[in-house]
Amino acid sequence: MKSTKDIAALLDEPACEHNKKEKSGCAKPKPGASAGGCAFDGAQIALLPIADVAHIVHGPIACAGSSWDNRGTRSSGADLYRIGMTTDLTEQDIVMGRSEKRLFHAIKQAIDTYHPPAVFIYNTCVPALVGDDINAVCKSAEQRWGVPVVPIDSAGFYGTKNLGNRIAGDAMVNHVIGTRDPDPLPLTVQRAEIIIHDVNLIGEYNIAGEFWHVLPLLDELGLRVLCTLSGDARFREVQTMHKAEVNMMVCSKAMVNVARKLQQKYGTPWFEGSYYGITDTSQSLRDFARVLNDPDLTERTEALILREETRIRKELEPWKARLKGKRVLLFTGGVKSWSVISALQDLGMVVVATGTKKSTEEDKARIRELMGEDTVMIDDGSPRALLKIVHDYKADILIAGGRNMYTALKAKVPFLDINQEREFGYEGYQGMLELVRQLALTIESPVWEAVRAPAPWKNRKV
Amino acid sequence: MADILKRNKALSVNPLKASQPIGGSLATLGFNRAMPMLHGSQGCTAFAKVFFVRHFREPIPLQSTAMDQGSSVMGADENVVEGIKTIAEKSRPALITILTTGLAETQGADVHRNVREFREANPEFADVAVVAVNTPDFTGSVETGFAATLTEIIRALVPDAKEAGTYPGKRKKQVNVLVNYMLTPGDIEALRDIFEQFQLRPVFVPDLSDSLDGCLTAEDFSPVTIGGTLISEMATLGDALATVVIGPSLANAAKLLEEKTGVPTYALDHLYGLKANDALISALAEISGHDVPERIERQRAQLQDAMLDTHFMLGQLRIAIAADADLLHAFVDQVQEMGAEVVAAVTSCNVPLLSRIPVASIKIGDLEDMELIGKANNVQLVIGNSHAVDTAERLGTPILRAGFPLYDIIGGYQKTWIGYRGSRQTLFDLANLVINYSHEEIPVYRSIYGQKPAGELTDYPLSCH
Repeated sequence: MKSTKDIAALLDEPACEHNKKEKSGCAKPKPGASAGGCAFDGAQIALLPIADVAHIVHGPIACAGSSWDNRGTRSSGADLYRIGMTTDLTEQDIVMGRSEKRLFHAIKQAIDTYHPPAVFIYNTCVPALVGDDINAVCKSAEQRWGVPVVPIDSAGFYGTKNLGNRIAGDAMVNHVIGTRDPDPLPLTVQRAEIIIHDVNLIGEYNIAGEFWHVLPLLDELGLRVLCTLSGDARFREVQTMHKAEVNMMVCSKAMVNVARKLQQKYGTPWFEGSYYGITDTSQSLRDFARVLNDPDLTERTEALILREETRIRKELEPWKARLKGKRVLLFTGGVKSWSVISALQDLGMVVVATGTKKSTEEDKARIRELMGEDTVMIDDGSPRALLKIVHDYKADILIAGGRNMYTALKAKVPFLDINQEREFGYEGYQGMLELVRQLALTIESPVWEAVRAPAPWKNRKV
Repeated sequence: MADILKRNKALSVNPLKASQPIGGSLATLGFNRAMPMLHGSQGCTAFAKVFFVRHFREPIPLQSTAMDQGSSVMGADENVVEGIKTIAEKSRPALITILTTGLAETQGADVHRNVREFREANPEFADVAVVAVNTPDFTGSVETGFAATLTEIIRALVPDAKEAGTYPGKRKKQVNVLVNYMLTPGDIEALRDIFEQFQLRPVFVPDLSDSLDGCLTAEDFSPVTIGGTLISEMATLGDALATVVIGPSLANAAKLLEEKTGVPTYALDHLYGLKANDALISALAEISGHDVPERIERQRAQLQDAMLDTHFMLGQLRIAIAADADLLHAFVDQVQEMGAEVVAAVTSCNVPLLSRIPVASIKIGDLEDMELIGKANNVQLVIGNSHAVDTAERLGTPILRAGFPLYDIIGGYQKTWIGYRGSRQTLFDLANLVINYSHEEIPVYRSIYGQKPAGELTDYPLSCH
């Protein structure tokens, strides 16, 4: 079990703006009025996309049983991450103190059956509480079978999902990153005229494969992605992250501690960016060139941006006519607010209000910059409040996370899901096409009229 | 509205059409103690029988006049008379239909005269109704054959109001329901339930739910249909409150019934989707004078909820439909209600309804036509019968099986498509097909600089379902 000191250290995140404000990013959940996940949830979500690792959840069935088989994130090859593994602890294991032994054998079984390059062990509440020493078990399993076994001590009661993300990131920094140097660059992919730079993306989960809209562009620019933590990643890629020249924190700050610690340990600079929307995608590409300080790269980046923006704007033209002037209520967390606003404004849509519950003061400043001073910022995310704003501001569509979907639908309000669970990829220039398709699909759907109209026999009676 | 594209090729490839005699047989099979007899060679009946057995997975009573070389050339009048007599003697059915085939019609058979001859020669079988119908397979389709047979059965078995002394509303709860070929036994059962909720007593004409519903009976074998509309019931149609007609293909049958009986007709195109069922429920509320039952209101709200939940998958979905006109119309309405686009509409033969179907164009043709039009329009989902399964596979799309025949699934004949509940299930089925067939995923991209393990790059394990 982690000590309170360890947890406090994880909660103290100097790279996070929340740290400086009165508003803590990792506020205590309130009994009876909390909605988010737990630390285990956060840790598992953060690392599960590492596709060739055996992910073993150490605990009774509830933890893995209700969360395995994450279908959102995609892999280009290995698919071991889709296999759910848990020690499924029984009452006997817990009472008789056999859970460590079971874990030890579970690791052996996973290695024997699937031959993974590494095994990740996620600790959960019950073993943490009864005092299983998973660090020791992992260590001796690793020695015994010669496969890296990484403890991720993420009992749910340690805190929020956000904390879990950090625990996961911390485990990578402490146990995996820096244990192997990158492969030498094959001669076949070297190009005489350009310098190839090694980079990482942190917090990119490749939801629905959306990063594959962006990766070809990075290839073209000569940016070798050593690792995306953790979308479509492999263990051997995570091992090499310390050798990057620059890290990009993608969109969410969930694993900002990884970027900060890599800077502390290895001096790697990092920047924050997003691949949602044309403006932000271009900005992120420019930032690579800027931080890498390679004039040739800058030049080629600008040429690529010009080409891609011209192409996509032409393809978006017919859609813009259909979406222009449509009113959007955006309710997403933190950074995503402003990054999505610019994407929507690119389309000529009007963002009438936006959620700022998780946003920092800086985020809010950017929102004001984009939307004007008198923009409506929503702190109260309760379904009733959201629907009132939809109604008051005559929004044509609510864009929010999946858990608000059915709130919107029950109120007969068009809806677009923008969170992790969604089935469509919106990243990069190409992703904008999917975004407009989905927006038009729901806004233009005839079902709204069909569900809002009363039954014909009701009309007659009145 | 629709532009109708006629057949413009010599060869029909992967045909969609089923013949008129098939339709006529199906209509007959919905009557109690009935036996259809195809006037043609034995093969006409054998193929039809296999067609039905594979679809319904039931024994199917179906006879043949067994024309051979001699009778084909010299005249087959005797085959008809003898055939009727044999069936009457052997099984004493309540109804025999004589359905002509291409062979008999080309020969110039006059089955109506044959029936008269049989009547004159065999007064002892006066209690056996015999109805002759012209259903050659060189025209029309299963839909028109069904409608023509129903029309002739009504002509023969429903007495004129004046002669019989029937009058509309004499039976205060009875509603006649003429149902077209596309209503499955499951549909009719569901529809009966809806009528009964309005305190109405529906008389289905014909009633496949009672004859081909896969019910085990006490008797181990019956040479004729068990269940189905009672022939005696046909005399009561004139006493009903109203007639509800489902399917434009039955327009003539409905018109004839109204002419004979004076019972007012409520015509409905189909019962797929919200609007169509609103029309049905409004009609039933009007006919019965009862309020809409709470249970039905609830089912309506459930359908609306399903429309919201599934519009993400079905909105803008490019769909190809191959079906006979009534069924095509029903699906077009239902998927358009969801914001899907019908990019390929193929039907089997030209009927007046086609011009009313709200799509840009309708091709009269075969499954190859659907394949070509579908391919040209990047179709994403196919609706068609079991023959279209291979078509869908070649198009790389999922398929919703519907229509005739459904031979590669169990229980297709029993599926309920109609009503708010049936419509809801259709939406779920369509949406699930879309979800589980995610071929439009973002294609995998592998970086040229990638550090993925060497083995992965040669053998590609599938990362998705």
